[in-house]
Amino acid sequence: MEFVSPEGFRLDGRRPMEMRQIRAEIGAVANADGSVVFEMGNTKVIAAVYVQNRSQQINDQALVRCEYSMANFSTGDHMRKPKGDRQSTEISLVIRQTMEACIMTNLMPRSQIDIFVQVLQADGGTRSVCINAATLALADAGIPMCDLVTSCSAGYLNSTPLLYLNYVEDSAGGPDFTVGILPKLDKVTLLQTDAKLPIDMFENVMQLAIEGCKAVANYIREVLQENTKQLECRRGT
Amino acid sequence: MRGLQLSLNQTQKIRLQKALETLEYLSSKANSNASVTVADTIPVNYEDGVLKGHGTAENDGEVVATLCGVVERVNKLIYVRTLRARYKPEIGDIIVGRVIEVAPKRWRLEINFSQDAVLMLSSMNLPDGIQRRRTAVDELNMRSIFEENDVVCAEVRGFQHDGSLHLQARSEKYGKIERGQLLTVAPYLVKRRKQHFHHLEQYGIDLILGCNGFIWVGEHVEAKDDMIEDRVSKSEQQNAKSSKYSMSLEEQEKTYTPLETRQNICRTANAVRVLSSLGFSITVEVIIETVELSISLNLDIHEMLGAEFCVLVAEGEVERRRRLMKKKG
Repeated sequence: MEFVSPEGFRLDGRRPMEMRQIRAEIGAVANADGSVVFEMGNTKVIAAVYVQNRSQQINDQALVRCEYSMANFSTGDHMRKPKGDRQSTEISLVIRQTMEACIMTNLMPRSQIDIFVQVLQADGGTRSVCINAATLALADAGIPMCDLVTSCSAGYLNSTPLLYLNYVEDSAGGPDFTVGILPKLDKVTLLQTDAKLPIDMFENVMQLAIEGCKAVANYIREVLQENTKQLECRRGT
Repeated sequence: MRGLQLSLNQTQKIRLQKALETLEYLSSKANSNASVTVADTIPVNYEDGVLKGHGTAENDGEVVATLCGVVERVNKLIYVRTLRARYKPEIGDIIVGRVIEVAPKRWRLEINFSQDAVLMLSSMNLPDGIQRRRTAVDELNMRSIFEENDVVCAEVRGFQHDGSLHLQARSEKYGKIERGQLLTVAPYLVKRRKQHFHHLEQYGIDLILGCNGFIWVGEHVEAKDDMIEDRVSKSEQQNAKSSKYSMSLEEQEKTYTPLETRQNICRTANAVRVLSSLGFSITVEVIIETVELSISLNLDIHEMLGAEFCVLVAEGEVERRRRLMKKKG
């Protein structure tokens, strides 16, 4: 199948290195400490963060928990049975580990941070969208973090590196890299793939994904800045 | 209580937008861009020396924010004041909380902090007002003072070694509060002031602005020293117990809140709801102004949560801040 047309367009009309459209809406869940609806292209995710007291275990740092789920209506394929809990458990774990790397858990002793993410609409790259949404929700909840983790994926199809694969491209079976970085500290916190990739192309694809992450980071930063400014000026002095 | 769902029509939408834009414009004059997001570098002058406060960290010799909020500088201290976050207690804060558990010698209160607060039996005045050691009998009678789900007003006494919070209620004005409404707003909307207890005489209600964002609107109760008077009346009550009929009447009268007061409570509560959904800071002056606006417009209580009133409050706030700016210079 041809994923990049001779004119250089992909199936959804993007250029190989073009980002998908991003949209974020902070404060989607009224009761949560922090919440967001995050969209990247046609993938849409809702994330909510709750902080609660956990007195049973005596510990000097916060416990981070994450629950990932996929709404039954999120995929086009309605008949598909839920893949069992395995995939969700794995993604929950991935998100938890990624977020734990940036949350300053030692500042919140004996509390528990619950992150809930649910995919409302799936069109490839749910993992990275979930991570981005979780970051935004945590920042909205006012949880201290050393940096904003952002994530983006990149693939390699038709001997072209492609930024952020959608569902059709994803199911083509080519390599799909999910990369999570701490943009300010310039560190990689997540790198996942499940297919083979020529070693000489690795550098290119990785670079592309990192560029994608940085673009996402800029957007998230803008959203947060806008939100903080709005809250502050409405409150007045 | 974020984001009241409003169905604005086109005109109202434009008016609200205009009002909010004006607010943005007015506040942008007042303070230069001090808002930061996570991982933003905070510009500092290293020659003066720097003390890093809450919400900051050091990275590669730079001071970096770890929270979203507004940078505050006090002499050498630099910290980030968060906006939308849980309540950060300070000693001496007046708070309103809800009892969630009666434990041995203590009550646990939910106060919108990341942990529960503790009110010890020994750190509150006994109802009879006598200063003495708390006995085992007192401990057994704890439920007669506060039960689960009671709303309590108290003061932050201090932090325990494990970071949890201690409260105290050593005055007549603290203690159980009844016959009213409890509202929860974002804690950043309530400013710390000298006065958190307000008696709105014209409406016959009490207003307690808890620093933790719990706001109490209730019928006015005279904070009286019931040390002497009450004991007399209590003995009288016991006498009256013999005749059941008079007792029930008396009790009815005691718990009866006049309709007008109840309406005033609802009106004030709705004013707080509108203000908090607009994200305006909640002070007693603004609340009274909002209530008066609704009365002068002859609005029913339920209409206060409608779109039109919301827009009017926003426009009123713009006017108020304009006036303040002019006064300042």
